[in-house]
Amino acid sequence: MRAAIVTQPIDVATLLAEVAALGHGATSLFVGTVRDTHAGRHVTGMEYKAYEAMALHELTAVVAEAEATFPGTQIVCEHRVGELTLGEASVVIAVAHAHRASAFDACRFVIEELKRRVPIWKREHYVDGTRAWIDPTAPAPREAHA
Amino acid sequence: MRYRSAMPVRVLLFASYAEALGQDEVAIDTPVHATVADVLAHLRTMPGADRLPPQPLVAINARYARIGDAVHAGDEVAVIPPVAGG
Repeated sequence: MRAAIVTQPIDVATLLAEVAALGHGATSLFVGTVRDTHAGRHVTGMEYKAYEAMALHELTAVVAEAEATFPGTQIVCEHRVGELTLGEASVVIAVAHAHRASAFDACRFVIEELKRRVPIWKREHYVDGTRAWIDPTAPAPREAHA
Repeated sequence: MRYRSAMPVRVLLFASYAEALGQDEVAIDTPVHATVADVLAHLRTMPGADRLPPQPLVAINARYARIGDAVHAGDEVAVIPPVAGG
């Protein structure tokens, strides 16, 4: 297993190669990317900020829990921080297992737990030049949060 | 605020909370036997702190903590806005 908070673009192929093994018949991959709209507003970019020491600790714990909950999975996860442009990957999770069910389930586990407890925040940049920190607990009137 | 047996504590603020108080790090003195609640009470005397929620998430030395947990000299207390990773 491996978890990391990174500042450079995430290389999906590297993560896939890391979990590859001849005994793995299934690999699931989650790629979270910067979207161009949020709650009806046009987004031009995104800044991610982490409480780095704690974020790495929590993310490592999440990946370890996923491997313990779904025995036989091998998992790597990188979350990027800093300034990202539209379409860039903010988070990548690769999970390999002998069979697909555990690969899918563990991948879902990691992204949901990451969103629940890893101390990372994002600030959206809008077309009018303004910026706002996103609060996922605030009501989103026009659309559900992904 | 000064106390007779003051204890230095570093408080970290992030994202919207840092924006609210206009700084991302505050050095404060708390009384010995202080808890996270005492640290928060001190923070609430600062301009912009009215934008902090009544019960924010907190951490001591980069681990989630509870409001009633004890704070020790030299600890790093973080006030954690709702997380938004992914």
